[in-house]
Amino acid sequence: MIKVENLKKHYGDIKALDGISFEVKRGEVLGFLGPNGAGKTTTMKILTGFIAPTSGDVNIDNLDLLADSLAIKEKIGYLPESVPLYTDMKVYEYLKFMAELRGIKKAKLASKIKEIVKVCGLEKVLKQNISELSKGYKQRTALAQAMVHEPDILILDEPTSGLDPNQIVEIRDLIKKIGAQKTVILCTHILQEVQAVCSRVIIINEGKIVAAGTPEELRAKARGQSYIICQIKGAEPDKVKEVLGVIEGVKAVFLLPKQFEQGHGYKIEVAAGGDPREIIFKKVVENNWELLSMNQEQVNLEDIFRELTTN
Amino acid sequence: MNKVYIIFKKELQSYFNSPMAYIFLSIFLVFSSWLFFQRFFVVNQASIRDFFGFMPWLLLFLVPAITMRSWAEEKRSGTIELLLTVPLKDREAVMAKFLSSVAFIIIALVLSLALPITVSALGNLDWGPVIGGYLGALFLTASYLALGLFISSLTKNQIVAFLMTAILCFIFFIVSDGLVINSLGSFLGTIFKNIGLSSHYDSLARGVLDLRDLIYFGAFIFFFLFLNIKSLASRNWK
Repeated sequence: MIKVENLKKHYGDIKALDGISFEVKRGEVLGFLGPNGAGKTTTMKILTGFIAPTSGDVNIDNLDLLADSLAIKEKIGYLPESVPLYTDMKVYEYLKFMAELRGIKKAKLASKIKEIVKVCGLEKVLKQNISELSKGYKQRTALAQAMVHEPDILILDEPTSGLDPNQIVEIRDLIKKIGAQKTVILCTHILQEVQAVCSRVIIINEGKIVAAGTPEELRAKARGQSYIICQIKGAEPDKVKEVLGVIEGVKAVFLLPKQFEQGHGYKIEVAAGGDPREIIFKKVVENNWELLSMNQEQVNLEDIFRELTTN
Repeated sequence: MNKVYIIFKKELQSYFNSPMAYIFLSIFLVFSSWLFFQRFFVVNQASIRDFFGFMPWLLLFLVPAITMRSWAEEKRSGTIELLLTVPLKDREAVMAKFLSSVAFIIIALVLSLALPITVSALGNLDWGPVIGGYLGALFLTASYLALGLFISSLTKNQIVAFLMTAILCFIFFIVSDGLVINSLGSFLGTIFKNIGLSSHYDSLARGVLDLRDLIYFGAFIFFFLFLNIKSLASRNWK
């Protein structure tokens, strides 16, 4: 549905985007993940036709972004990062204005607005001035504007910022529901959000894609599928590292910097598919140390994110 | 529904959503009436030429106040990102903003008709120059507005937009003023006489309906609307 090839955007000497390519299919929720300043918002601005790329191709539904920009804009609903609203308007006026601009026929106008108002929970504030709304309501008004014409493609730049935890859950559920039939691109730096709603993730850093895949695939790709945290008493850390380090399936052993009441903590990285917990236990007993605790933990997206976006 | 009309309606509405519109209309009507009647009873003639004499100077400060928000505010608050990502051509957005500001000015001019009506009740008013004057005022303000909208599209700062517009309107108005032209040579003088707004405005305000003046104003407006469209398109520069 959306095909992006070798997209570049330079602001003077600064390379905001340095050749990114990806594809999004219908019915996918793509998470666009990256630290601040990675180029997420720039990518969204290009996809929505607000700015043109320095080079590269964007193809949406077999339409070229620059040549058929009006036809493409009709298919897209966009929530910009800055949550732009005409603050001198009332909520209903604003939604009506945006719905008209997005080309909804007059006969359907009222029913479409009513629908989206219900979905976004705006019934109570319809007659209020936008400037008087709380941040959460402003966010939801802007979200309603993006979805009022039931777009094929929904592009959301940090849609849950400023919402309270209940609203966040509601909006995430909503995005998931929409994502089942439509295409959603979700820009965020909140990792739980990606884990909660996205069917696929692209991590970008400094204008380049550093990882892509389903959340599960990304986890699997990470160095060591899992790791073990254990606490051992009565042993020299160096000796522990030496003994445990040679166990089959163990990639590396690190001493945790954290102080424990008794003994020391260790992080043992495990090769993909391995589970050396039994052997670790036996080795500890053989050496007359005492094992106080042992937990196996899955590598999560946060670890991957940190690993990929810091040098 | 036509996209231009949708934005036109919203823009015009938003003038009246803020106190700006009411302040503008009050200042315009109070000042012009005051300045006019101050001289009117001294001169004791049923003519409103004076009214059209100071009109350009009054508008020099009022027009920038109307146009300064137009694009600068959209840029500052980010709503321009909405406006330019909905299915809408840049030129439709520019036209809508221009037409709504012209419509607002027409409201102001219509309200000021109280002046000639009062005068005609007091004496025998010649309506020819009045119609010419209003036509001149309309074209002059439309020119100021086109220039002001373009300036507003260059900045995020309303104050900068206001001052730049006032200064440029002043320059464009003054270059064809008699004082400037006479101090230049005959060659430069003729050029400046044709470039400046005041000479064309004066001839309309005298009641002379010359096609060349109308073409001049049309070209002036078109030129700055065109620059406005280009300045929006500059976001697409690679």
